[in-house]
Amino acid sequence: MNVSPGLRRGLLQYAGMFFALSVLVLFFSLRTKTFWSATTLTTIANSIPDLTVVAVGMTLILIVGGIDLSVGSVMAWSGSVMAMLMVDQGWPVAGSVAAALLVGTVCGCINGWINSHFRIPSFIVTLGMLEIARGGAYLATRSETKYLGPRLEWLSEPWLGIGLSPAFWIAIAIVAIAQWLLHRTVLGRMAVAIGTNSETVRMSGLSTIPTQVAIFGLGGFLCGIAATIQCSRLSTADPNAGAGMELSAIAACVIGGTSLRGGMGSVISTFFGVLIVSVLQTGLAQMGASDPIKRIVTGAVIVLAVLLDSWRSRRS
Amino acid sequence: MDTLSEEHHTLLSINSLCKVYSSPVVDSVSIAFAKGEIHALLGANGAGKSTLCKIIAGLVQPTSGTMKLANERFEPRSKSQAESAGIQIVQQELNLIPTLDVAQNLFLHRLPSRWGILQIKQMHSKARALLDAFGLQRIDTHELVGNLGIGQQQMLEIASNMHRTCRLLILDEPTAALSSPESELLFEKLVRAKEEGLAIIYISHRLDEVERLADRISILRDGKRMGTWERGEMDQNQMVEQMTGDENSEVLSGPSPIRTESTDRQPLDRPVLSIRGFVREPYVRGVDLDVNEGMILGIAGLVGSGRTELLRLMYGADRATGGSLCFADGSVRGPFHSPQAAVKAGIVLVSEDRKADGLLLNQSIEDNIFLPSFAGIWQNERFSLPTNRWGGYSSSKGRAVASDICEPLDVRYESVEQLVGTLSGGNQQKVVIAKWLLRGGNIYLFDEPTRGIDVAARGIVHRVLRNLAAQGKGLVVVSSDLEELIEIADRIAVMSNGRITGRFQGADFPRGDILQAMFAGYQSNKNENDGVEV
Repeated sequence: MNVSPGLRRGLLQYAGMFFALSVLVLFFSLRTKTFWSATTLTTIANSIPDLTVVAVGMTLILIVGGIDLSVGSVMAWSGSVMAMLMVDQGWPVAGSVAAALLVGTVCGCINGWINSHFRIPSFIVTLGMLEIARGGAYLATRSETKYLGPRLEWLSEPWLGIGLSPAFWIAIAIVAIAQWLLHRTVLGRMAVAIGTNSETVRMSGLSTIPTQVAIFGLGGFLCGIAATIQCSRLSTADPNAGAGMELSAIAACVIGGTSLRGGMGSVISTFFGVLIVSVLQTGLAQMGASDPIKRIVTGAVIVLAVLLDSWRSRRS
Repeated sequence: MDTLSEEHHTLLSINSLCKVYSSPVVDSVSIAFAKGEIHALLGANGAGKSTLCKIIAGLVQPTSGTMKLANERFEPRSKSQAESAGIQIVQQELNLIPTLDVAQNLFLHRLPSRWGILQIKQMHSKARALLDAFGLQRIDTHELVGNLGIGQQQMLEIASNMHRTCRLLILDEPTAALSSPESELLFEKLVRAKEEGLAIIYISHRLDEVERLADRISILRDGKRMGTWERGEMDQNQMVEQMTGDENSEVLSGPSPIRTESTDRQPLDRPVLSIRGFVREPYVRGVDLDVNEGMILGIAGLVGSGRTELLRLMYGADRATGGSLCFADGSVRGPFHSPQAAVKAGIVLVSEDRKADGLLLNQSIEDNIFLPSFAGIWQNERFSLPTNRWGGYSSSKGRAVASDICEPLDVRYESVEQLVGTLSGGNQQKVVIAKWLLRGGNIYLFDEPTRGIDVAARGIVHRVLRNLAAQGKGLVVVSSDLEELIEIADRIAVMSNGRITGRFQGADFPRGDILQAMFAGYQSNKNENDGVEV
């Protein structure tokens, strides 16, 4: 069969991720009576859309050579603005969601612009945004948790026969679109090029600023979507939401083989990374592991995944 | 003329030393360095001076030959072995850590400490004493090295090397970054150190310094030692003659067979780009050039003469502090502030270091070739990117375009999706050229386009250059290989010490005159602005 080397590299990587995921599922299915059931599997599927969406954005940002520590706070700010408009101002659902997406996008664009135009490391810029957005979230909700009622609940409720929610399908669609964007658009190819060697890009007569603003903006937009999904699942908007989200998202990216040095990564692998983490946590919970044990095992898996990845890339 | 010092004065003696890469770089050189002398090593680009010094300093292993240090066999396997034997080298790239202060840099090899805690007062007082003894009273030992000027850093590096166990000090172009008072200070120190018995190997293009300082002068050419002369035995012109081999010019300047091919072409005297008064001290000090339609302008010069810097200024990769560009349509503008602006104006650069800024090594050939064309989407320019009907990037069309553009260049690959980093140097260079051919431009700047690539690839690159000229493009080619320039260029400008010191044209380039012009900027008895005009 005539498979191009690029495709072969990709398929090999996905095969490895799929194998790792299968081993985990098999292990938990054998060790517990409850894991291999439709209920468990759909519960996992319906709990991951928000993390998936944020991790997709994080993957793109890591590929362009940046990092975004502000995702959790930006999610909280987006959700808070949405709740404020919907509950306090009586805006329609569509308008409030649009405002949430706008808040996320603007935050992301600001991150990207300051990072690229003033050449300030994204680690610092987004650390600042982490505080700013959290403050914004408290202001928007006056530090209260807002109850949204049933307005958005349909998004996270099981849908049609197999019990998967619309949010899950939205997350899948976003993974697919982002993978396409990365490989089949100028924006995606530019992101990879800048992450690989931004000096080559500059010496090729290109500005890195529009790409970096767009990628960070896209990351912020995805935070807005994640916030909407999270609010719909919890029926509330909490200004404390999304704490630690940046670390979970980075962990998923890293397990999926995205390089923190930029230029390398795959959205589909990140999705596998999200699945591996949530299967691990659900499985361990069903085996009766306590929360501390869950954290220790998850941490070990992250380090192991990176070790494996560096060993593999050194060999090739 | 070879007068070896008496046996007991000799510190390091080298016997038929060879270093062969693909061809011999150091070719059975025998030479002796004595205690208490400044021994200058002279030679043109690629004469083997740097390689010889790197062998002595343990940075490079010789292919054959022996060295004796104070009558004992000396085979340093690493820089630290050579250092423990008392050999210190100061290279052009400085070995300082900019984020540590002056005192810490001076004692970095052995920081004064007790149980791991720095003896800060002691360290600074020792550093102070050392710098004062060296005449560097103005440098504060608490200052971060990164805040010092480049000249002060250079002096600091030399001071730091000289205070360690040092029997033989190798200095590679030490005055390149120094102002003249700093140079004077250095000379004074070197003379005093020599009188105390230190052996010094001094590499410099600046012949007036060599004439003043050196007790003996050895000249290398094409990896061979041409001879060693005592102080005062030769003047600067004779030095240049020995370095360039002008006495043998009748052997060298026979008509080269490939030359005839390009003389069919009639270069037009219509400038597509004229640059005037380009300045960026200290590398480029006021350069005027005319790039004509359909013409290859070669730029010759020694390494460090400002050739690469000039191209980078023309391309906007670095900012010129002065100068203007005049285009074919009569428009005049200041120097570019970014490569983006230069590319927009039709100027493209194939840079010297393809790994650092020419290629994305971890990406495919296809991605590399399309990179400059990505500009189309952000600027309203000719958009040469293959797209499919959803506006996405079409990889099947892209692959076809990429292999089309690679075909005449004879790039050897398995597939255009192969990673560029896995290609040979010659093929990598062809990919860099291919990406600019796809993007297109009116003025092509090439910096060392054939360095480190094989003969076949070199022939192809030359063919590409001639084709571009035949299409009426303006080309500027910088090369350290004078034979290459003579072969392909219609005109040659010679750069020396940041200025143009000679302009040549015609079917037969006078090699001797070109080589002389390469040294002209560094000679004291010639006015730097006086070029050899032919």
